[in-house]
Amino acid sequence: MEWETVIGLEVHVSLSTKSKLFSGSSTKFGAQPNTQASIFDCALPGTLPVLNEEALRMAVRFGVAIGAEIGKRSVFDRKNYFYPDLPKGYQVTQLDFPTVGKGSLTVTLADGSEKVIGVTRAHIEENAGKSLHEEFSGMSGIDLNRAGEPLLEIVSEPEITCAEEAVAYLKKLHTIIRYLDISDAIMAQGSMRCDVNVSIRPKGTTELGTRAEIKNINSFRFVEKAIHSEVARQQEILEDGGRIIQETRRYNADKDVTTSMRSKEVANDYRYFPEPDLLPVVIDDEYIAAVRAQLPELPNARKARFIEEYSLSNYDAGVLVSSREMAEYFEIVARSSGDSKLAANWVSQDLLGMLNKNNWDITESPIQAERLATLIARIKDNTISGKIAKTVFETMISDKSAVDAIIEAKGLKQVTDSGEIEKLVLEVIENNPIQVQQYKDGKEQVIGFLVGQCMQLSKGKANPAQVNELLREKMQ
Amino acid sequence: MALDKTEVEKIAHLARLHISESETEEVTTRITDILTLIDQMQSVDTEAVEPLAHPLDLVQRLRADEITEENQRDRLQQLAPASEDGLYLVPKVLE
Repeated sequence: MEWETVIGLEVHVSLSTKSKLFSGSSTKFGAQPNTQASIFDCALPGTLPVLNEEALRMAVRFGVAIGAEIGKRSVFDRKNYFYPDLPKGYQVTQLDFPTVGKGSLTVTLADGSEKVIGVTRAHIEENAGKSLHEEFSGMSGIDLNRAGEPLLEIVSEPEITCAEEAVAYLKKLHTIIRYLDISDAIMAQGSMRCDVNVSIRPKGTTELGTRAEIKNINSFRFVEKAIHSEVARQQEILEDGGRIIQETRRYNADKDVTTSMRSKEVANDYRYFPEPDLLPVVIDDEYIAAVRAQLPELPNARKARFIEEYSLSNYDAGVLVSSREMAEYFEIVARSSGDSKLAANWVSQDLLGMLNKNNWDITESPIQAERLATLIARIKDNTISGKIAKTVFETMISDKSAVDAIIEAKGLKQVTDSGEIEKLVLEVIENNPIQVQQYKDGKEQVIGFLVGQCMQLSKGKANPAQVNELLREKMQ
Repeated sequence: MALDKTEVEKIAHLARLHISESETEEVTTRITDILTLIDQMQSVDTEAVEPLAHPLDLVQRLRADEITEENQRDRLQQLAPASEDGLYLVPKVLE
């Protein structure tokens, strides 16, 4: 039987506010355990929550960016469960009236086609603390620094049909969140986490199959692998005549399988009710308009502008806008060097290749945008050839001196003196009589070989156009 | 609406409350009484009434995103039965 896959994603993003969602404790990463856990975060009696206005604004900012309906009246609810890293015994979240309603994301797939994926909702909630089970004999250690940090949970419609689409959606979400500057969204550090709901059904049918939820996947690659492995598992069960049970599963990357997490005795009985300690949050059109007015240029708009303004290909523009920092880097290089095509090639190939090889983020690049622009300007004004520029680029990674100083010090300046070039050309003609004869007999392509010989003799420094011209002249 | 004993036991478990065998019957009656009251309220025609999320007809005030709390770990950990290396210690929990 042919099957089709239905995937929905729940993504938790840590909002990058300075203080917590309902208390004035710091959210700074990496502090000593429990030094950022106030009496409210520890749930001492008599303490009350007060909502952080910046967390609300960030949620609305996200909602406006994905064209979502914004809840003008949002209501917080209590989700009740007992776990030591949740001192209150409930998580404050939004059930029926979230701040962000229906919206959508447009993702670009590997074949270049676009697909619109619906976002059901995004709600504000608080994070739990951390439990450490290892170091204390017979006891668990609890760190409440993370307890009460603001999260935005973004829920997609079950409209994703394969692992590749899921990853494209996640990457787009990641890019938008970074452009909006509402979260670091670093999966490896937990500031972006993903739960994947997967089910399969016979191809062509419309009823949803029973789903499994794979919790807390922390990289794009593992999301892809976990989906492949879960789909294969479900297919095998159904084809053997079995049935899928609705449960929470965990992805084991070492074995590339999903395994059942011990299901809670009474699953999903969270006994939600409206949080009596918080009043409804009301915002008006003016508030929403002000947030909208402050939106930065978003990836899709920027991509269109790059294609228009810098005559980039759809592909190049897509690569360059994939992170805000890279797009900004490219624009500096393009503007300062005055050649957007060369700038696009150097940034998306040489620079990106170098960064990937060293596992650096563009913000850690040893070559600043202005320096790369100068290098490109030297190709344009014929000081160096494109090939020599690659050598200069390699040097620039460790040598912080000015581009011109590097070119000077290494004697890499292009030879444009016609006397010197003539010497090279004559030498090559003398040393390669066979090829010269072939050229004279009308074998035009031999010129490439002869130019190559001249370039080699000059250690790449001769101006190839001049060499070409002079060779032809001398062989007439 | 009446509750039976198993439902009461389930609710007590979810709320982590211990109810002894002898108390169960009384608790069951009391919760059933509350539910009966709710049934009575359900029968009222509320067609024209806006749903209410909070009994106070007020709007949530917001606070500026500022750090106003200081580290009080040492004082707070004096209240805890056990702590080590800055962590609160609790009986081992593993999923």
